[in-house]
Amino acid sequence: MPKELLKVTNLKQHFPIKGGFLGRTINHVKAVDGVSFTIHEGETVSIVGESGCGKSTTGRAILRLDEPTGGEVKFDGKNLLSFSKREMRQNRKDMQVIFQDPYASLNPRQTVRQILNEAMEIQKVVPKKDRNDRILELMETVGLGAHQIDRFPHEFSGGQRQRVGIARALSVNPQLIICDEAVSALDVSIQAQVINLLKKLQRELNLTYLFISHDLGVVRHISDRVIVMYLGKIVEIADKKSLFTNPQHPYTKSLLSAIPNTDPDAKRERIILSGDVPSPIDPPTGCRFHTRCPFATEKCVTDVPELRNEDYMKEGHQTACHYIEEIESGLMQPTR
Amino acid sequence: MATESTANDNILEVKDLRTSFFTNEQEVKAVDGVTFSLPRGKTVGIVGESGSGKSITSLSIMRLIDQPGEIIGGDILFNNENLLEKNNNQMRDIRGKDISMIFQEPMTSLNPTYTVGQQISEAYKIHEGLRKKEARHRSIEMLKLVGIPSPEKRIDQYPHELSGGMRQRVMIAIALACSPDLLIADEPTTALDVTIQAQILELIKELQEKLNMSVLLITHDLGVVAETCDYVAVMYCGKIVEYADVRTIFKDPKHPYTVGLLNSLPPHDRDIEEDLPVIKGNVPSPAELPKGCRFAPRCPFASEICNTLPDLKTDENENQIRCWIYSDEWDGDPEVNVHAERTTQSN
Repeated sequence: MPKELLKVTNLKQHFPIKGGFLGRTINHVKAVDGVSFTIHEGETVSIVGESGCGKSTTGRAILRLDEPTGGEVKFDGKNLLSFSKREMRQNRKDMQVIFQDPYASLNPRQTVRQILNEAMEIQKVVPKKDRNDRILELMETVGLGAHQIDRFPHEFSGGQRQRVGIARALSVNPQLIICDEAVSALDVSIQAQVINLLKKLQRELNLTYLFISHDLGVVRHISDRVIVMYLGKIVEIADKKSLFTNPQHPYTKSLLSAIPNTDPDAKRERIILSGDVPSPIDPPTGCRFHTRCPFATEKCVTDVPELRNEDYMKEGHQTACHYIEEIESGLMQPTR
Repeated sequence: MATESTANDNILEVKDLRTSFFTNEQEVKAVDGVTFSLPRGKTVGIVGESGSGKSITSLSIMRLIDQPGEIIGGDILFNNENLLEKNNNQMRDIRGKDISMIFQEPMTSLNPTYTVGQQISEAYKIHEGLRKKEARHRSIEMLKLVGIPSPEKRIDQYPHELSGGMRQRVMIAIALACSPDLLIADEPTTALDVTIQAQILELIKELQEKLNMSVLLITHDLGVVAETCDYVAVMYCGKIVEYADVRTIFKDPKHPYTVGLLNSLPPHDRDIEEDLPVIKGNVPSPAELPKGCRFAPRCPFASEICNTLPDLKTDENENQIRCWIYSDEWDGDPEVNVHAERTTQSN
C-alpha cells in the first residue's frame, strides 16, 4: 500500500456574509462543511459535483489559498494548518495547482521563460546556472517547442496555454497537483491531448492528482477514486469502477443518469431531479439532498446521514444515505 | 436535401452563406460557404469546436452580424423568403415572432434593470399589440409553461434573484412567447450543471412538440446533440464537413474529423485503460487557413489531392460529406478505413 500523501479531516470553510448595520457578519456561506478523505501517493482522486457544491473551495482550502475555518489537513505527515505563512510558502513547492483558465492564471506581461524562472526562483529548486536547461526540459516534457520559450501567453492557443500552466506547476518538482477544472475550458480534441499528457506525467514522475471537475466522462477516464459532493458535504466516495457501475446515493444516480449519451440508440432511464440546488447559506436540515431526493422521508429531514459501507458494497465504497439498503433491494420506491 | 420536390418541407434553407470579418485590411472568413436545410418540425444540430463558425452561422441567420463583420454572400430562405433581402424593419418583425434565439449565458442576455415580467411582456406588446394587463396575464401563462414554480410571484422579480436554471427558463419563455416557427438555441445548456441541463433539454423537447416548432441547436457537446437532434451538421473552420442524420453521425461517421472528434471524447459509460485517441495539432487560426481541405494538416489520411479543397457531396442517403476519400479522384490508400486509425500520442 502506498503511503498516505494527503489526509483531510473534517475540513470546514465558512465564508462570512457582511451586511446590515456597520457591516457586521450576518451569516455564513457553508461552502465546505466537514469533509474528510485521504489520497495515497501516485493516486488520482477526483471531486465531482455541481456548481456551489464546494469542490473548488475544498481544493483551495487544502492549499490554504483561502484560510479554512476548521479541520485538519495533513500532507506527508505535516499539519499544514499549523504552518506560518512563510513555512506554508516553502511547503507549497510540494503541492501545485492548475486552474481552469490558464489565461487568467498566467501573467500576460511575462514570457514563458520568465514565468518558469520566477517559480524556480521563489522556491529555490534549481541553481541559477542550470535553470535554462531545466526550462528547456520542461518545455519538452509538456510538448512545447524550444522556439516558443520567449513568447507571451496571448501568443498561444488555449491548449498550449494550459501546457504552460502545467509546465509552471512541474517546475518546482511537486508531489501533489490539484487540477481545478484544468481541462474544462478546452475543446474536446485538445482536451484529449492534455488528459493524455497529465496521465503520462503521472506515470513518469509518480505524481499524485486531486482532480476537480464537473465532467464525468473525463473523471471516469482519469481517476482511481471519485468523491461526489453535494452542498458542501461528501455524499459518496468509491473507487472509479464501483462508483460508475454501482452508484448507491440517489444524488450520484441522478447525476450519472443526467449525462447526455453519445449513443443515439442507448436506452435512457433518466432520473430528472426537481428544482435547483438550495442555497449553501441556509442548507436544508438533516440530509442536504432531501429537498430534491425522490426517496426522502421524515428521517431525512431531521437526521444527518453519515458515510458508511454496507456488506454488499465494495470495500472503501462509502455512501451518506439512510436508506441505501432499502433502495438497493427495491423495498423503497421513488415517491416523486 | 434541397431537391425541388422537398423544398417546401424545409422551414429553413441556408445556401452558400458567407460571413467575413474585416480587420486590418485582412478578411477573416468565419463562415465560408455553408449550405444546409432544416426540415419543418425537426431539430438540426450544428457542432464544432471554438472558431468553427457555428455561432456566426446562427447570428447570420438572425442578421445579427455587426461591424467589422458582414454577410457577403449566399441565401437564407426562411419559409421560402430570403431573409437577406429584408430591410431592418422587416427583420425586427421577424425576430422574436417567427424566429427566436436563446443564448448560452442568460445573465448577459436578460436586462438586469427590468423584471422578468416586463421582459416577457415586451414581446407581446411589440409583436401582438397586447395591452399591459393582457400581456402580463400571457406572461404568467408562459412562465407556467416553462415550469417556473409560483409564476405570479416570480414575474415581479429581477434576473439576479433567480438561479442559473431559472434564468434559462425565463430566456426560453421570452423566446417562445410569440410561438415562433423556428428556435435557434446557441449553447443553451453549456453554462448549466448536468442535472439542470437535463431539465432544460427535456423542456425544449416538450415545448417543441407542443408548439410544433423547428429547432436549430448550436453546441460543442456531442452528447447533447445525440440526445436531441434529428440531423447534424459538423463544422470545421467555417465549412460544413459532414451533414447526416443523427444515427449516421454517431454510428457510422464518414469524415476523419467527425471520427476524431467522437474518439477523443472520454466515455462515461465504460473504462478505457489506454490513452485517449487524439486529433494531432491545433485548430488553425481563421486568418491562416490551409488552402486545400481545412482539416488536411491534422488528418491522419491526408494525401496529395487534399491540397485542393473538396466539395460537399451528397450521397444516396441524402447525407453530405466534404472529403476526397469518398470521391473517384481519391489518390491515397484505396482501402482506407477512417475508423481504423487511432492516434494516441499526447504531443
